[in-house]
Amino acid sequence: MQNSVADSLLAMQGISKRFGATQALADVSFSVRGGEVMALVGENGAGKSTLMKILSGAHRPDAGAIRVAGRTFAPGSPQQARDAGVAMIYQELNLAPELSVEDNIMLGREASRFGCLLRSRQRPRVEEALELLGHGELRPDAPVRSLSVGAQQLVEIARALVHDAKVIVFDEPTSSLTGHDVEHLFTVIRRLRATGRAIVYISHFLEEVRQLCDRYTVLRDGRVAGADALEGVSESDIVSLMVGRSVEELFPTVPHAPGDVLLSLDGLCGERFPIDATLKLRRGEILGVFGLVGAGRTELLRSVFGLDAVKSGRVRVCGATFSPAPRSAIAKGLGFVSEDRKGEGLAQGRSIADNLTYSRLQPYSTMGWLRLGARRAAVQRWMTQLQVKAQSPEQDIAALSGGNQQKVAIARVLHQDAHALLLDEPTRGIDVGTKAEIYRLIGQLAAEGKAVVFVSSYCPELLAVCDRIAVMSRGRIAAIRDTNEWNEHAIMEAAIATDEATGDDDERKSA
Amino acid sequence: MNESRPETRSEYRGNLSGGSRALAENGHRTSGWQLLSTTLGPLLALCIVWLVFAFLDWTRPLGGTFAEVRSFQLIVVHTAAVAVPALGMTIIIIAGGIDLSVGAAMALAATVGAYGFLNGYPPAVAIGMCIATGLAAGVANGALISSLRVVPFIVTLGTMMVFQGVGRFLAGDTPIRPPRESFAVLDEFQAPFPTPAWQMFSPGVWVMLLLGILVSITLRYAVFGRHVFALGSNEATARLCGINVPLTRVAVYALGGLFAGIAGVYQFAALGEGNPMDGIGKELPIIAAVVVGGGSLSGGRGSVLGTLSGAAIMAVINHGCTTLNVGDMYQDILIGAIIIAAVALDQYRQRRMADK
Repeated sequence: MQNSVADSLLAMQGISKRFGATQALADVSFSVRGGEVMALVGENGAGKSTLMKILSGAHRPDAGAIRVAGRTFAPGSPQQARDAGVAMIYQELNLAPELSVEDNIMLGREASRFGCLLRSRQRPRVEEALELLGHGELRPDAPVRSLSVGAQQLVEIARALVHDAKVIVFDEPTSSLTGHDVEHLFTVIRRLRATGRAIVYISHFLEEVRQLCDRYTVLRDGRVAGADALEGVSESDIVSLMVGRSVEELFPTVPHAPGDVLLSLDGLCGERFPIDATLKLRRGEILGVFGLVGAGRTELLRSVFGLDAVKSGRVRVCGATFSPAPRSAIAKGLGFVSEDRKGEGLAQGRSIADNLTYSRLQPYSTMGWLRLGARRAAVQRWMTQLQVKAQSPEQDIAALSGGNQQKVAIARVLHQDAHALLLDEPTRGIDVGTKAEIYRLIGQLAAEGKAVVFVSSYCPELLAVCDRIAVMSRGRIAAIRDTNEWNEHAIMEAAIATDEATGDDDERKSA
Repeated sequence: MNESRPETRSEYRGNLSGGSRALAENGHRTSGWQLLSTTLGPLLALCIVWLVFAFLDWTRPLGGTFAEVRSFQLIVVHTAAVAVPALGMTIIIIAGGIDLSVGAAMALAATVGAYGFLNGYPPAVAIGMCIATGLAAGVANGALISSLRVVPFIVTLGTMMVFQGVGRFLAGDTPIRPPRESFAVLDEFQAPFPTPAWQMFSPGVWVMLLLGILVSITLRYAVFGRHVFALGSNEATARLCGINVPLTRVAVYALGGLFAGIAGVYQFAALGEGNPMDGIGKELPIIAAVVVGGGSLSGGRGSVLGTLSGAAIMAVINHGCTTLNVGDMYQDILIGAIIIAAVALDQYRQRRMADK
């Protein structure tokens, strides 16, 4: 251990941090050598982000010391941390969309004389950084907003290089990337590793960690649960370290049997996506929908629920046609859980009680006036049933963890008495323990005769939980089959292969 | 679909009743300090501002008049003139909107009311015309914002000028001054020292308190109130939950207009004339009252108690500076500084809460 600390580029030792009553970090030691990619994994709330906030200068530790390249490092602000060579690449990118690639990369480090920009001095540095990342083809004068998310991320990485970052932290960098861009990012990170920099890679996706990283550190409840080389360690070993329990409990299932058809789509077309979507959903059935980002999964759910315009086609609930709109969809027994909890799914700043009952206040109102006591009691029951961890129904939803927020979002749909649940990425950004609770809940709902559409970009959960899986690609449903006829490879193939096929089709049409 | 509903629901009941009680016991745990800093903060600030002026006045030779009942009566009358339209603005701001046309709508309403009195209509009709004008202005704002999907800042900036122009057109470009005896009912409406003296405050102040209670109850206990908060904190969520967003928005601005109309009555009662140009600049103290009272321009937050306190803080400063013989310009500087300080304090608190 002493050894590894000595030759570490980044060494954090005995870090502790307390927020009020909660011990966020207790005696955490974390070190990364140069030329190494270190995975930092753990459930939400395990202390990863607190540790990284301390590293980035946003928080000060109560105890412990940090050394970067052998020198004591005690940043008082994110600016100081950056200057000392620690760069953070977050999930949400920090770029000025109207500025060019070059301006973004050089932001704060502009080469200038007497306040005048010296573009001629800047340009080579920008090009050198992009070249190092293997993306010399990126035009420095292109406005950042015209780039894909993947390319924007490159700009941010290039900025870290220009700022002489020795330690680069990637915080969930792939969650908004498509499969293709993920591969590119990994290539870039491997190039960075080859330059001798220390890389910290934070991710929920253990397969990614396996592919990319050399060593791992698992945090659980603010402590280091384990740290070692990745070689010879199975994913389930890591998961066990993360959750403190075995993997068998990861995908709990509840036996259920499909009944009669509840929801059917007939050639449904939206403004852009979906294209000609036809499917049937039975009571007591869990239908998985897989697709790469941008394949039209979200649009499919949104147009069924009436949040996006429907151009043509029919939606039938129990055989009766209805024209989708949120109000009538709710009345017909459809429930939609948005993939975007913050932006759409929940009203941050409002209480749990409000968020849970917004879609159905009638049971507690007479002539438009609410009986708050009755509502409070009902909300309390739902919270107990779904095991929402919170102080009271009046607590601000924003104060809850992602998993508990998601439970409230699902509770709302159940509270509005939905029979067909349209769940868009219900387990995104949620810790492993809560994921398991949600899988079990979905199984229970199916057993009670509800129909569930489960959209996800994470194959293993679909394969474990669903009865049938539909794969979408370019806005079309490429295939629907029983789950036992799918495997991860086949699903990916269906998602990608038809992608290219339809692509050719489009080209032919436009030609 | 319908046949199956009772079944599943009863199944749920069964599930629910079996649940543990652990959470219920945890119950409410908002600390006293938290309550003080959020809900009661503006009221606390009001008390402090008042005490500071009372103290400064007391230390003066021949001072001590600030803490008298008479000055209190004056302050509440000034408070009411701003607080009544600010109640409407509170609803609009909670819903995530803004209404720059409120001053112009008030002046237009007062002008129409004056026109009614001038033509010898019964007082109830003239006052009704005044209030209805405000309501119509609000409905127009709401309908334009909902149908054109232009941001409220721009729409109400436009209607502000439109309302003013319409008022000048109706009034023939000169203030309408009905004869004093035609509006005798309103003579005492905003009089600081009403007769008989047991009334304590002018009828206008009592009406303000009544309206404040009504709005407060509506925001807390009405389904509509919940929808207003939902719309303001996250419009996408409101839509997702099946809330009729355009209709709610029109209702919100209609209410704002209704209060502007009522405020028009106050304005007419205070001045005895209907002048369409009187609205210029009036929207700013009204918005300031809401903001000082803890309303957030990004929507979702605001309260009646806060708004009333905010309006009162400005009235106290005005009256206090007059009592102390401090010039107008210092009042302006002080009020301006308080607006910024109130919002800065609020931001600071929000950040601290987010950090926890």
